[in-house]
Amino acid sequence: MKLSVGPILYLWERAAALDFYASLCTAPVDIVYVGEVVCSKRRMLTREDWTAVAQRLAAAGKEVVTTTLALLEAESELATLGRQINAASGPFEANDYAAVESANGREFVAGPHLNVYNAATLALLARLGARRWVAPVELPLATLATLAVTRPAGLEIEVFAYGRLPLAFSARCFTARAANRPKDDCGFVCGAHPDGLTLHSRERQPFLALNGIQTQSAAVQNLLPHLPRLRTAGVDVLRLSPQSRDFLDVVRAFDDARQARNGPGLPDTFLSGGYCDGYLDGRAGMERAASAAAATAPP
Amino acid sequence: MTREPPAPTPPPFELVCPAGSLPALRAAVEHGADAVYIGFRGATNARNFPGLNFSWEEAATGLAHAHAQGVRVFAALNVYPGPDNWALACETVDRAAALGVDALILADPGLMAHAAQHHPELRLHLSVQGSATNWRAIEFYRREFGIRRAVLPRVLSCTQVERLVARTAVEIEVFGFGSLCVMVEGRCALSSHVTGHSPNVQGVCSPAQAVRWEETPAGRQSRLNGVLIDRYAPGEAAGYPTLCKGRFEVGSAVFHALEEPTSLNALDVLPRLIAAGVRALKVEGRQRSPAYVAQVTQLLRRALDDCLADGPAWRPPQDLTTALDGLAEGRTHTLGAYHRPWQ
Repeated sequence: MKLSVGPILYLWERAAALDFYASLCTAPVDIVYVGEVVCSKRRMLTREDWTAVAQRLAAAGKEVVTTTLALLEAESELATLGRQINAASGPFEANDYAAVESANGREFVAGPHLNVYNAATLALLARLGARRWVAPVELPLATLATLAVTRPAGLEIEVFAYGRLPLAFSARCFTARAANRPKDDCGFVCGAHPDGLTLHSRERQPFLALNGIQTQSAAVQNLLPHLPRLRTAGVDVLRLSPQSRDFLDVVRAFDDARQARNGPGLPDTFLSGGYCDGYLDGRAGMERAASAAAATAPP
Repeated sequence: MTREPPAPTPPPFELVCPAGSLPALRAAVEHGADAVYIGFRGATNARNFPGLNFSWEEAATGLAHAHAQGVRVFAALNVYPGPDNWALACETVDRAAALGVDALILADPGLMAHAAQHHPELRLHLSVQGSATNWRAIEFYRREFGIRRAVLPRVLSCTQVERLVARTAVEIEVFGFGSLCVMVEGRCALSSHVTGHSPNVQGVCSPAQAVRWEETPAGRQSRLNGVLIDRYAPGEAAGYPTLCKGRFEVGSAVFHALEEPTSLNALDVLPRLIAAGVRALKVEGRQRSPAYVAQVTQLLRRALDDCLADGPAWRPPQDLTTALDGLAEGRTHTLGAYHRPWQ
């Protein structure tokens, strides 16, 4: 199985983002997704920065995929989309059907926000140029395994294996709302939350994470304990979603596991929501049924 | 055998009303809907609630009744079927086509391909669950499947709607009244994260079987699969615990962090929407009672007729707004993204 690094879903400082990508050059990952998925206003990295990052990663032997916005409303966002697709030297990740429409025969990755739930949609996208499919986060592994059997020839399957789950998009910026700021004068307050802003229930249960117009899970989905099942189901690529700390430890733990090598394993998550993996078995995503059962199983 | 009445010809601007049952359909038809939209029983549409939706016999009866009154019937099959219910979804498309519905409201591209291939004469509408928020995405569905209409997610500003309409050959339908999704429809997995059931897969959000109400010394509480969604002070009106409309703690503040419990009412921008070339106004609420459907349809019929007669200068009269507020979730309304007070 290959390891991919998903796009940075948060607004990181330019230096932090550049350091992060530099560190990936020597990390045991195969694919790196670069670019912005969440908010068109975020421009911490310039177009030249992104080009340099992509060249550096490619020179280090990584497959570089340019990702694109999930919510496209304004004409300017469509124009940027077209420019990004044209400028990408390799494949791009489509997260809206506007991007699929703009492919024009180019190869692309069908991103997690395209809502692919069946073989007919998968076949359609493959005919239009998709060569990899990132499954929707809520898709159970059993469904994915069924689709893997009849998948179009050559199509790779990628799953969101580690990170706070991207659950929803809105036109409204919830981080700005929490800071009592209008969206047009947001002051880029999301930059203060490099792993999202945790939302708790009134019983202090970490529940969701606000990330601009995106809502995530507070818990980190962690599929590391399930790698053998993922492999059997036909998964080709494991996506690790960037977080501000310990990311290379996460990469190493997954790399050890995919090579059946002993290692220190995964560090405890520094995020307050703990781990979850309920979606894997078609349960509530926030549940931790599978890994909890594994952890408490008699020796 | 009686001859079926011909399919009705739609007016230039349609009022599209919800019907979760035959009595609701009759109420909508009687009170001035130009079209009604229905769903079939089972997990094929985004209002898959117990006791709701149409059997095939009821659908045939409803269709005949609506057509006899010159009202069109659209059928929503707007979940994203997986391998397990793919055959059922295709069969439902085929049976709806054979029944003679005036349009199918679909979200799933694979299912659209099936419909376009096997029923090329049938009108396809892109469901709001299809998440098309720009003309280029709509163009994808037009080019691939020949869709004739798209229902826009409730996230665009009025200006964005105007610009989008100007860029597409596809008819545009927008939401005018009813409960509000603050997330892009079709791009929200919050419900499945908490309950295991989602709009995209099972056609439900924050399903009733996961809801628990508790009376505590601190007040009445609502939980969704154990997660505290809201707590109400004594005497405070308690609403259904749709999870995005709860009160949560962010930093040190407790507030409606995602959305207040309120309804969409687009009448303030109705003249602009009509002038922009929007073709239909949709009312949310297939889960609502026939009495609700009757009242809302009657009020919106009046608004629409007056607006079409008066032109751009029309503004909703206060008595109309008050009457609609009385029917609204939270008894208040918002223009939602059309106006964007939070922008």
